[in-house]
Amino acid sequence: MKETLIIAGFGGQGVLSMGKILAYSGVMQDYEVTWMPSYGPEMRGGTANVTVILSDKKISSPIAHEFDTAIILNQQSMEKFEPMVKPGGVLIYDTNGITRHPVRTDISVYTIDATAECARMGQAKLFNTMILGGYLKVRPVVKMENVMVGLKKSLPERAWKMLPQNEEAIKHGGEIIKKIR
Amino acid sequence: MAEKEVKLMKGNEVIAHAAIRYGCDGYFGYPITPQSEVMETLMELKPWETTGMVVLQAESEISSINMVYGGASTGKRVMTSSSSPGISLMAEGLSYLAGAELPCLVVNCQRGGPGLGTIQPSQGDYFQACKGGGHGDYHLIVLAPNSVQEMNDFVGLGFDLAFKYRNPAMILADGAIGQMMEKVVLDPQRPRRSNEEIAAECKSWAAYGKPADRERNVVTSLELKSEVMEQINLRLQEKYKALEENEVRYEAIDCDDAEYVIVAFGSSARICSATVEMARAEGIKVGLLRPITLYPFPTKVLAEMAQRGVKGFLSAELNAGQMVEDVRLAVNGKAPVEHYGRQGGMLFAPDEVLNALKEKLINKK
Repeated sequence: MKETLIIAGFGGQGVLSMGKILAYSGVMQDYEVTWMPSYGPEMRGGTANVTVILSDKKISSPIAHEFDTAIILNQQSMEKFEPMVKPGGVLIYDTNGITRHPVRTDISVYTIDATAECARMGQAKLFNTMILGGYLKVRPVVKMENVMVGLKKSLPERAWKMLPQNEEAIKHGGEIIKKIR
Repeated sequence: MAEKEVKLMKGNEVIAHAAIRYGCDGYFGYPITPQSEVMETLMELKPWETTGMVVLQAESEISSINMVYGGASTGKRVMTSSSSPGISLMAEGLSYLAGAELPCLVVNCQRGGPGLGTIQPSQGDYFQACKGGGHGDYHLIVLAPNSVQEMNDFVGLGFDLAFKYRNPAMILADGAIGQMMEKVVLDPQRPRRSNEEIAAECKSWAAYGKPADRERNVVTSLELKSEVMEQINLRLQEKYKALEENEVRYEAIDCDDAEYVIVAFGSSARICSATVEMARAEGIKVGLLRPITLYPFPTKVLAEMAQRGVKGFLSAELNAGQMVEDVRLAVNGKAPVEHYGRQGGMLFAPDEVLNALKEKLINKK
């Protein structure tokens, strides 16, 4: 098993912490993991992305230029990362703010309208765990019980009171993700 | 010992944890991207409340390195960390530490230069780390971690080597290793050395207060009598020779039957290990030689590979070609040696390195 994933969007959407939850979940499943963020000025109000690799073998390069899965959360990231999905790979995106939808036909494409769903629920903070839930529905690379431990381990103690809502958001994300092609 | 717990951490965070657990006495630093998490983590962990380790934000990198000089003079295990421009500011202090034969640990989480350059990863400070940086004939012991786990391991190794040889040691990491999170197993907590242990270990040179039973120790790099200074220089060179004979560390991946060998360190070596996998899948016999100590450099093993008939060496570095000079010296004309690099904070991908290997060596007439 090896999954090379890019999560890309705006700073503040919880892109890096979504990657961290997934990486910690991988640790709980005894996978090797790497979490490689974009850092610096592009994080500050601009785009943010993180490459997460989960593998049952030692991970050689933590840097990747093609991905099994791309989770895309803004237009800039769509332009940059749609071409970098491996043929046969998966692209997941939130349609909010997307003006040019993905065009590739050699990959599987899913939408998850988590921005709209979180707005409807009045729970903007659950955005990234909802996306994560959608991803895990499509790519069940980690067992749900390990995701729940990974979620707790990657959150600071002061945020633990939000654990039940986040667990629900992960489950709900799996319900609202839709396959386009 | 408690069961080893696997954690997920950034390389920079691990440096902080490892320093406390090793029993480090003091950290002096000044923030700079991409290594600021070292001091941030130390400030969060508050080791002064547990082990008694001092953590101090100095007013500049020049202050940090001179605080390190002061702490090291007393036989304490002290350290600093910075990124490339900050290390340049420390260059004078590093030369003084080497001249006064003071053990300490310096971490450079490299970013692209020259000047302020970029905050993205680079390996442009190889020359600075291995060939001087400061003035005079001296060497640092230079360790190049290629994983978050090695960021942990090399804190202890760096201090141990620094004290064994009374010489500053440097961990030459980069923004990628510092910012990346991976699994890590931290060492168990060791106590800091007691004054008695320091006196026993460093009695012959450290200035921790003169006891009645010995002459005073003087810590200095100054010697105005040339006859005496030359003897000091010769003694330093003897020390570097001992390092070259006894402390070379490297990792050889798939080198036994390799026709071509990629030489790479740190984050580049991680990327190039994937290049080796790709090449082998194509049936090309490629190996990877990863220097773990950049100084002392694994000259002998490269010379042996060239002697054995390796057809070519590619030094893959995130710079314009620095380590390649040491590879050429080691190979000594017995095989072609080429360089492939990216600069400015750009990283190469495994297939880019394979293409370079084909273009520069394999398919070259």
